[in-house]
Amino acid sequence: MTARLDNLFRELREAAGQLLRPAQYMEVCGTHTVSFYRSGLRDLVPGNIRLISGPGCPVCVTAQRHIDAAIALSREPGVILVTYGDMLRVPGKLGSLEATRAAGAQVRVITSARTALEIAVANPEATVVFLAVGFETTAPATAATLLEADRRNIDNFAVLMCHKLVVPAMLTLLRNKDTALDGFLCPGHVSVIIGSSAYRPVVEQYAKPCVVAGFEPEQMLRGILQLVRQSLAGEARLENIYQAVVRSDGNPTAQRLMAEAFVAETTPWRALGEMPASGLGLAPRFAHFDAVRRFGLTMGEDEDDPACRCGEVIQGKVQPVECPLFGRGCTPITPIGPCMVSSEGTCAAWYKYNRPAKDLPQRAERPHASVTEAVT
Amino acid sequence: MCLAVPGRILKCDADDALVDLQGNRVRISRVLTPDTRPGDWVLVHAGFSIATVDEAEALETWDYLRQAYGPDFATELEIESEDTGNSEASLAKGLSP
Ligand code: SF4
Repeated sequence: MTARLDNLFRELREAAGQLLRPAQYMEVCGTHTVSFYRSGLRDLVPGNIRLISGPGCPVCVTAQRHIDAAIALSREPGVILVTYGDMLRVPGKLGSLEATRAAGAQVRVITSARTALEIAVANPEATVVFLAVGFETTAPATAATLLEADRRNIDNFAVLMCHKLVVPAMLTLLRNKDTALDGFLCPGHVSVIIGSSAYRPVVEQYAKPCVVAGFEPEQMLRGILQLVRQSLAGEARLENIYQAVVRSDGNPTAQRLMAEAFVAETTPWRALGEMPASGLGLAPRFAHFDAVRRFGLTMGEDEDDPACRCGEVIQGKVQPVECPLFGRGCTPITPIGPCMVSSEGTCAAWYKYNRPAKDLPQRAERPHASVTEAVT
Repeated sequence: MCLAVPGRILKCDADDALVDLQGNRVRISRVLTPDTRPGDWVLVHAGFSIATVDEAEALETWDYLRQAYGPDFATELEIESEDTGNSEASLAKGLSP
């Protein structure tokens, strides 16, 4: 460990030692989730600080009805459904896109929205439907792609809009008061687009400290330290410790493209239900690119597996090991809920990096044991 | 899938750019960072540059990414090199106007 990290750990231990009660901070970013586990940070932060993963994984928060809609669209004759890789294995009511592909549907994985457009150009006889997921980091790419499709009159291209917005989700969690939170570690790469000032409502309306941090361990550690310091001082401020990358006003070009192509709308989140102004729909002049409208699709209802506790996991109410299916039926190879599908899902990260070596059922009842040991 | 990784712009061609991601050459769109020039470091996410970063920051990020993801980082981070690019991407490129 570098001297800089060592110092940060010492400062964090000192600060945490002064807390009168345990503190619970939430990160809302799959990148933070993975880094927290992958880097081993999780085992090293003091035991009275709990970092929980909120609804920050785009795969995990995609509503079942959207997966079902994507599957239905992929079965339409002449449709090529394209999306980012992690979406293929997310279970819907009708199976998964992967299973549909195995049964003959044309489902392709892309790593850039623009590839979707190029596939459309290369296949004029087909309609390319892009299942567009992701938060504000990813949404500008969809906006730019739509504007390009419009400019180039590529009309065999349509989008199933599933983009979500981070701040409305944070505000909903606070409004519901189901999870006791002492502050937020705000996502670095989402903030590159929306700017650190976007978290002002969280600080001003709910008096919760917000610290924008990158995903490297040093950034996360420093972010947690600043949150603890705010808690100790009884403050709720907006801090940006990722200034090398995040500006207060974000990326204005990306914001302008999004404002041109999209409108904010009520959208369903997996297990959390509908949240006002928490998703992006197409602006009226681009309505003809809407896959739901083009194929006259009716959106169904969500019937999530009642045993899967993903909804509570992404609200920080329970930890993955508290789900009865965790490791017993639900594993990354046989995922039952979306949190186990995506590599950025809390259940998958927990399974991969935090699973006791053996004897899971017995040890699972004391998930914090290793944390406490590491601190003393 | 929210991860953005730093890359250095090798070449700009209208809205496109060729970036170097630790030895992997990737074609991206730079419409979200229109003021970028060859030599600039940018954060690349899902085939688009989303911000400029300075070199020191970029190199530090790569120090961590290489450590955390090991020699197979390109696969894990879904970086598709021009040279080894998957068929979908090459197909698209070949037919792009
Ligand atoms: S372990 Fe599986 S079933 Fe349980 S909450 Fe996580 S994803 Fe859902």
